Amino acid sequence: MARKKVREADGKRLVKKVLKQQAGLDVPIQVVQLKELQGDDSGAPPPPATIKAYYDQVLEENLWLLDQPLVVKPDMLFGKRGKSDLVALNKSWDEVVEFVSARMGTELEVSGVKGRITTFIVEPFVPHDFEFYLCIQAHRAHELLSFGDCGGVEIESNWDRVRSVQVPVEESLTEEMLEAVLIDVRDKGQKAVLNRFINAAFQAFRDFDFTLLESNPLTIVPSTDKTGELQVLPLDIRVELDSYATFKNMQLWNDLEFPEAWGRSKIHEEKVVQNLDDKSGASLKLSVLNPRGHIWTMVAGGGASVIYADTVVDLGWGDELANYAEYSGNPKQEETYLYARTLLSLATKYLDGKRRVIIVGGGVANFTDVAATFTGIIQALKDFKGKLQEGKTKIFVRRGGPNYKAGLRLMQECCLEIDVPVEVYGPDTSMTKIVELGIEYLKGQ
Amino acid sequence: MGDLDLSAFVQNKTGVPCGPLFSKQTQAIVFNYKKQPIQRMLDFDFVCEREAPSVAAIVAPGSRSGGFQKAFFGRSEIAIPVYGSIADAAAAHPKADVLVNFASYRSAYESSVTAVEEPSVNVVVIIAEGIPERQAKLLIHMARKRGKTIIGPATVGGVQAGAFKIGDTAGTLDNIITCKLHRPGSVGFVSKSGGLSNEMYNVLSRTTDGLYEGIAVGGDAYPGTTLSYHVARFQTMDEVKMIVILGELGGTDEYDVVKLMEAGLITKPVVGWVSGTCAKWFNSSEVQFGHAGAKSGSADESAEAKNDALRKAGVIIPQSFEGLSDCIDATFKKLVAEGKHVPVPEREPRTLPKDFGSALKQGELRVSTNIVCTTTDDRGEEPKYCGVPISDIIQDNYSIGEVISLLWFKTLLPQWATKFMEIVLVTAADHGPNVSGAHNTIVTARAGRDLGASLCSGLLTIGPRFGGAVDMAAINFKHFCDAKISPPDFVETLKKKGQRVEGIGHRIKTAENRDKRVELLSAYAKETFPSIKYLEYAQQVEAYTLQKANNLVLNIDGCIGALFVDMLSSCGEFNEEEVQEILELGALNGIFILSRSIGLIGHALDQKRMRQPLYRHPQEDVLYIASDAPPRGGRKTQE
Repeated sequence: MARKKVREADGKRLVKKVLKQQAGLDVPIQVVQLKELQGDDSGAPPPPATIKAYYDQVLEENLWLLDQPLVVKPDMLFGKRGKSDLVALNKSWDEVVEFVSARMGTELEVSGVKGRITTFIVEPFVPHDFEFYLCIQAHRAHELLSFGDCGGVEIESNWDRVRSVQVPVEESLTEEMLEAVLIDVRDKGQKAVLNRFINAAFQAFRDFDFTLLESNPLTIVPSTDKTGELQVLPLDIRVELDSYATFKNMQLWNDLEFPEAWGRSKIHEEKVVQNLDDKSGASLKLSVLNPRGHIWTMVAGGGASVIYADTVVDLGWGDELANYAEYSGNPKQEETYLYARTLLSLATKYLDGKRRVIIVGGGVANFTDVAATFTGIIQALKDFKGKLQEGKTKIFVRRGGPNYKAGLRLMQECCLEIDVPVEVYGPDTSMTKIVELGIEYLKGQ
Repeated sequence: MGDLDLSAFVQNKTGVPCGPLFSKQTQAIVFNYKKQPIQRMLDFDFVCEREAPSVAAIVAPGSRSGGFQKAFFGRSEIAIPVYGSIADAAAAHPKADVLVNFASYRSAYESSVTAVEEPSVNVVVIIAEGIPERQAKLLIHMARKRGKTIIGPATVGGVQAGAFKIGDTAGTLDNIITCKLHRPGSVGFVSKSGGLSNEMYNVLSRTTDGLYEGIAVGGDAYPGTTLSYHVARFQTMDEVKMIVILGELGGTDEYDVVKLMEAGLITKPVVGWVSGTCAKWFNSSEVQFGHAGAKSGSADESAEAKNDALRKAGVIIPQSFEGLSDCIDATFKKLVAEGKHVPVPEREPRTLPKDFGSALKQGELRVSTNIVCTTTDDRGEEPKYCGVPISDIIQDNYSIGEVISLLWFKTLLPQWATKFMEIVLVTAADHGPNVSGAHNTIVTARAGRDLGASLCSGLLTIGPRFGGAVDMAAINFKHFCDAKISPPDFVETLKKKGQRVEGIGHRIKTAENRDKRVELLSAYAKETFPSIKYLEYAQQVEAYTLQKANNLVLNIDGCIGALFVDMLSSCGEFNEEEVQEILELGALNGIFILSRSIGLIGHALDQKRMRQPLYRHPQEDVLYIASDAPPRGGRKTQE
C-alpha cells in the first residue's frame, strides 16, 4: 500500500515539525484533535464524566485554547465542510465542547457516502486578509508545484490563476521556479516569506516522503512575539504520505494514523488480516464488500485477484460479490490457515438458506508452493465443516504452479472428507472459468 | 510522453539501448544469495541448452570476496563465485550485464543505485516490494540518464524464452516446459503482475507458438520501466511478431501505448486488456488491491477508460479477461494465415535429472539412511527428548537428572535415581585448580584460546588416571560382587595382577577422619535406594584395606561407582546385560565429564576475566638431564 491520506490535524502537526527541523522555520500552527472515546465492551458510550475529563485534559495540555476564539470542524478526510454546516467559527472553548458533543458519533452523508463522525480538529480562529493556494504533487518524473494568489472557496473558479511548475526529480527547486509561481504576489514582504516557506515545504516534501501537500487557503500573519515578523500559516491542509517509506520515517511518523476513507471503518476480521499482513513477508489482503453476498473469493496474486473480481462484476453478479481477498508471496502455512479461517468465519456468518460459493482461485504461481498454501486453507475448511454444509457451500478451485497437482488433490480429498462439494481445476482450464461455474451453481437453486 | 521520448526510441534515435535486453549469452550477477531462484535459473539454462550458466556471480553484501556457492548446472555441480560488493563482482565478470537484486525493500535502493552506476551493468531487476516512491523515482532518473533499464520494483522479473530467465519467473521446470519457454516463440508480452505473466505464458503456449520475451514491470505506482517502454522495445525486435499487454487500473501508462499506436509507431498487432473493471462497484469503500499502483483514482485511470482508449487506438481488446485468449488465438492465426509468420518449430527440451530433494519429497525415490537416531526428534513442531516435547519438559519442571535420564538412558528413572545423579553432578563439579583437567584449562585459557578450546583441553585429561577411577571402581565392584568373590580375595587378586584397587585410598582422609561427601552420599542411598548391595560390598573391601593402612578408605570415586551400579541394578529399568552395557559405554564417565565441565568453564572464565597472561612453566621446576647429541645418519653407520 503506498499513498495514504492523513488527518488534517496530523498533517498540520507534521508540517510544523518538519519545517522546523528542515529549515528552522516557525510555522504558527496550533492544533488539537478531539476523538470519540471508546465505551466498554457492551458498546455503550462512556459516561459523561469520562468524556468531560477527556476534554479537560486536552485543555490542560493546550491552554492556548482559552486565549483566543476557535474554529472547530470534523477531521474525517472529506472536504467542503463549510458548505455542509459542519464548521463553527469564532467560538470559545466551551462552545467548541458543546458543538463537538452534539455531533460526535453522529451519522452523516457526504457525497453519497454515509459515515460516522469520530474526530474533530480545533484551531485558533485567525481573521485574515489574504488567501493563497499551494499544492505539491508527486509525479513519476517530477513534482508539480502550484501556487495561486486566489485561494479559499473561490479556487474552483480561479484555476486559470494558479501558476504551476514541474520540478524534475533530479533537480532542486530553483529561485527561477519559485519566482515563476509567485509572480502574481506583488508585496515584497509577502513574497519573501512565501518563498522561504514554499522552499522549505518542497524540500521536506521530498525528504520525508509526502505524495501530496495541498493548502487551501494559506495565509500570512504577523508573529505574536515582539518582532511581529510575517509568518506563513496554512489554514487548511491536505497531506498524503507514501506509506512504503514508513521504515525511513519511524520517529517522525510514530504518532500518525492512516485512517480509513470516509464511511469506511475496518471490521474486526479485516483488522485481523491487516495485522497478519503487517507482520508477514507475504501479502494478505481482505476487504469485505457485501457481508451478505454469496460469492466469496480467496485468490492468490495481486493481479489475478482483481481479474476474478472483474469477472464476477462482468457476469452481472457484482451485487453478490462479498469480498476482495488476495494472498501472494508464498505465505507460510500458518498464515494461510489464519487468513482462511478469518475469511470463512465471514463467509458463513449470515446463513440464509441460500447457496454460496467460495472461489479459491489463482493463476499459475511462479514460486508460491501451492500444496503448502492449500494445506493451510484445508485446515481452516475442516474447522468450518458444519457451517459450510449448513450454508450450502460449494468450493471452486483453480490454480497452477509449484506442487499444484498435490495441492489440488489435497483440496479434493479434504472436501470429500468434510462432505462439502468441490470442483478443482488446474492450468488447463482458463483462470476465470470457475467464476462462471460458481454462478451456475448459485443459479441452480 | 511519460519520461522518455518513446517515438524517438522506436525509431532508434535515442541513446537508450532498444531492442532485446537479453540473449542466450546473457549472464547475471545475483545480489543476495537466494538458493531456489538461482537453481531455477540454472535449470532453465540447461533445458534451453545454454552453453554457460546464466548466473555469473553472487554478491553477499558485507562478506569478503573469495568464497562460492554450489549449484547444479544440468547433471553436474558448479561453484558460483561470491563477492562482497557489486563492484568486485562486476570487475571480475564484466560480461554479466544484468543485476538481479534480491535486497529487501529497506536496502534495495542503495544496492540498486550502485548497480545502475556500474558501467558493465545494463539491466537492474528489483524484486523487493515496498520501496518508497521517491527512491523509485530517483532510480528511474539515474537509469534513464545512463541509458539503462530497470525492471521492477515489486516484480518477479521476466524471461526471454530459450535464452535467459530472471529468478523465480515462470516457476518450476515442469511449468517452463509446459509453457514451451525452453525455446523462443514469437510473442512479446508485458504486464504489471508477475503472477499473471506466468498465467499468460500458459495461455500463449496454447494459443500461439509461444512467448518470445515476457516482462513483469511490477505493481508499484512508479515501475522502473513501463508497459509502453517494453511495447516500444518489442516493436524494434524482429523476432517479436505480435504484442500482448496486460494493464491495470490506476496510473496512465496505458495512454502512452495509445499515443504510440496513434502515432503509427507500432506496426505489429497488439492484443491487450486492462483489469480492474470491478472497481466501479467499490467506489464507496476504496478497496486497496494487492498492487500499490492499482488504485481507483481519477476517471481516466479506470480500467474501462483505458480499455476504451486502447481499443480506439487499434489495440485488440476483448469484452472481458475471459475473452483475451480467444483474441490472442485469432490474432496469431491471422498472422499465420496472411503469411506474415511461420510458427517456430517445436523442439524437445533437454531432460534434467530429478532433484534429489524434490523426488524424495514426492515419494519417487527411496534411499537407505546413513545415520540412525533414537534419542531425540526435531522433525515436528518442536524437538522432543525421547518422545517428550520440550515444552512439557519446561511446563512439568523436569529436572536436569530427568533430562539426562531421557537422553542417555532413553527412560525416565525414578526420582530417587535422578536426584542421585544430580547430587553426583554437584559433588564432582570442581576439585580446585591443581588437578590435571583444571590445570590444562587454565593454561589453554591463558594462551588466549576461546572457551570451547579451554574446556576441551581440560576434558581431554579425563580418562583412566584422571576421573576415570569412578568408571573402573564401578566395573570392578560389580564384577567381583556378582562373581561372589570375597572382598579380601578381590583385593588380593588385583594386587597379584599389579592393579590398583580403584575407589580405595585417599591423600588425607583416614578411618577416623572420614570424607564427608562419602558419608552424605551413603546416607542418601541407604535412605532412598531399594538396594545398596554394591556399596555394602565396597564397604567390606574398605574394611579389609583399612587393616593394611589407615588411609585406604573408600573414597568419593569408589562410593559414586558402587552406588551408580546400585542405582542401575535396582531401579527396575535395566536387566543384567543392560547394566553392564551402560557401564562399558562409559556413561558413568559421562556424569563425571558433565559435572567437571561446570568447574572447567568456571576456571576458563576466571582466567579470562583476570586477563591472565600466557602461562610459562618455571624453568627451575624442570629437572634437565643432558643427553649427548646423537651423530647424524644414525649410530649404526658410525660403527
